[in-house]
Amino acid sequence: MNTIEITNICKRYGPIEALKDVTLNVGQGELFGLIGPDGAGKTSLFRILATLLLADSGTATVDGFDVVKDFREIRNRIGYMPGRFSLYQDLSVEENLAFFATVFGTTIRENYDLIADIYRKIEPFRKRRAGQLSGGMKQKLALCCALIHKPVVLLLDEPTTGVDAVSRREFWEMLKKLKAAGITVFVSTSYMDEASLCNRIALIQAGQILSTNTPENIVADYPFTLYEAKAGNNYRLLEQLKQQENVRLSYVAGEYLRVVFNGDDRRIDYPYMELKEVKPTVEDCFIQLMRHES
Amino acid sequence: MKVIEVNNLCKYFGSFKAVENISFDVEEGEIFGFLGANGAGKTTAMRMLCGLLTPTSGKGWVAGFDIYKDTEKIKRNIGYMSQKFSLYEDLTTVENLELFGGIYGMSGKEIRYKTGEVVNELGLQAEKDALVQSLPSGVKQKVAFAVSTFHSPKIVFLDEPTGGVDPLSRRTFWEMIYRAADRGVTSFVTTHYMDEAEYCNRVSIMVDGEIRVLQSPGDMKQHFNALSMEEVFFALAKQAKRSEL
Repeated sequence: MNTIEITNICKRYGPIEALKDVTLNVGQGELFGLIGPDGAGKTSLFRILATLLLADSGTATVDGFDVVKDFREIRNRIGYMPGRFSLYQDLSVEENLAFFATVFGTTIRENYDLIADIYRKIEPFRKRRAGQLSGGMKQKLALCCALIHKPVVLLLDEPTTGVDAVSRREFWEMLKKLKAAGITVFVSTSYMDEASLCNRIALIQAGQILSTNTPENIVADYPFTLYEAKAGNNYRLLEQLKQQENVRLSYVAGEYLRVVFNGDDRRIDYPYMELKEVKPTVEDCFIQLMRHES
Repeated sequence: MKVIEVNNLCKYFGSFKAVENISFDVEEGEIFGFLGANGAGKTTAMRMLCGLLTPTSGKGWVAGFDIYKDTEKIKRNIGYMSQKFSLYEDLTTVENLELFGGIYGMSGKEIRYKTGEVVNELGLQAEKDALVQSLPSGVKQKVAFAVSTFHSPKIVFLDEPTGGVDPLSRRTFWEMIYRAADRGVTSFVTTHYMDEAEYCNRVSIMVDGEIRVLQSPGDMKQHFNALSMEEVFFALAKQAKRSEL
């Protein structure tokens, strides 16, 4: 049985179609990433699964329970970490954790094993108010609170947004451990480079799933041969590429430019430049799929 | 010409050395990446450069003005854009441009001329009379950049400008920075996207209040024997002794 089954979910807010016929399954014990920019519909989908928002049509189940009929059962089985910091700012670290444990009818001691690794990092500050914590610390506390009742599945909505690269990497290490402990993790992010850390990913843009697969297969499905080019002045080179008819696609990508040609003609009228074939990243695939859709 | 010049700049809060002895220059038209983990001292350094915070010691000039004495002139001659706040959501695109143009003391004629130019250049014809709150995040970001450079500053400070934006818009945004650089506008950028560090001509990485390295991304990767800027960043961030608390 899949831990999460989403079938033909649609949701609109007035004229805006937030989710268009979304179908997705997340297997038991999977670390599954929902990847897309702000406004793609990620939060709407998470809120539907967390039984906080009703879809206009379609169905979804979590751990076999229907998100509409069985919302009470679902609420006891999920750990939900919303994008915005959702803890009580005026309560201390310890008080927040004790509060969430009590609400779910458990104690910190009962499931301490599950959070021990994460909680130890914030324990020196257990008397500090949540509102006074740094971003990385808040994120760790929120994860502890979402875990304290030993949920079957974790729903993490953009847990790493605005957190620096070091804390981001630490956070993903924690998710790997939770997965190893048998917890299914459904996590959203706008950072494309986090895709490779997931078992499977779904790319979402403007309410639509563009592709669902393992990160390796998404990259393998890229339909073109991708090149990277570099010159002394990349901006001038880009202007040139945009004018050439044998260039299908060109855009900036760090130190290099990315280029896709229309055919075998790889001529570029620019002096002193470097050109070599390169393996696409998930971000290149996202761009390709976005262009394909529009 | 140097647009930023900083010598042994320090900022202490009591016994806490937020910024310790940083020195660097940024050239006209350069795209300069300013990186560091949370708590490394980036924001404090940037606030001093923008004339918002008086240094404890050291020297510095931004756009030719002294960061102790000429803070008002600095504010008038730089652009600033952050992901968190840049635009008034309940004004239209053009109203935002007019408002900021007015704040920076541009004349009505200048504002009208520049508005037409910006709308054409960024292809905002369809969005010029739309309320900013109704715009997709990629377009908002374009408008925010237009607003921050509307008064033709020599340098623009971009504080994590691309968070949460789709990859195609992120690319369009960097093309805008390149275009501005081609016209001689300097960009001073902070970002959490390590791949974006690679768009910069040179990058500095701060650790515990100090600039630990300052090189081109290519040289930096070679120096650290790393495949990506992310690896370089981790190698350095691991050395940090103080945490963000």
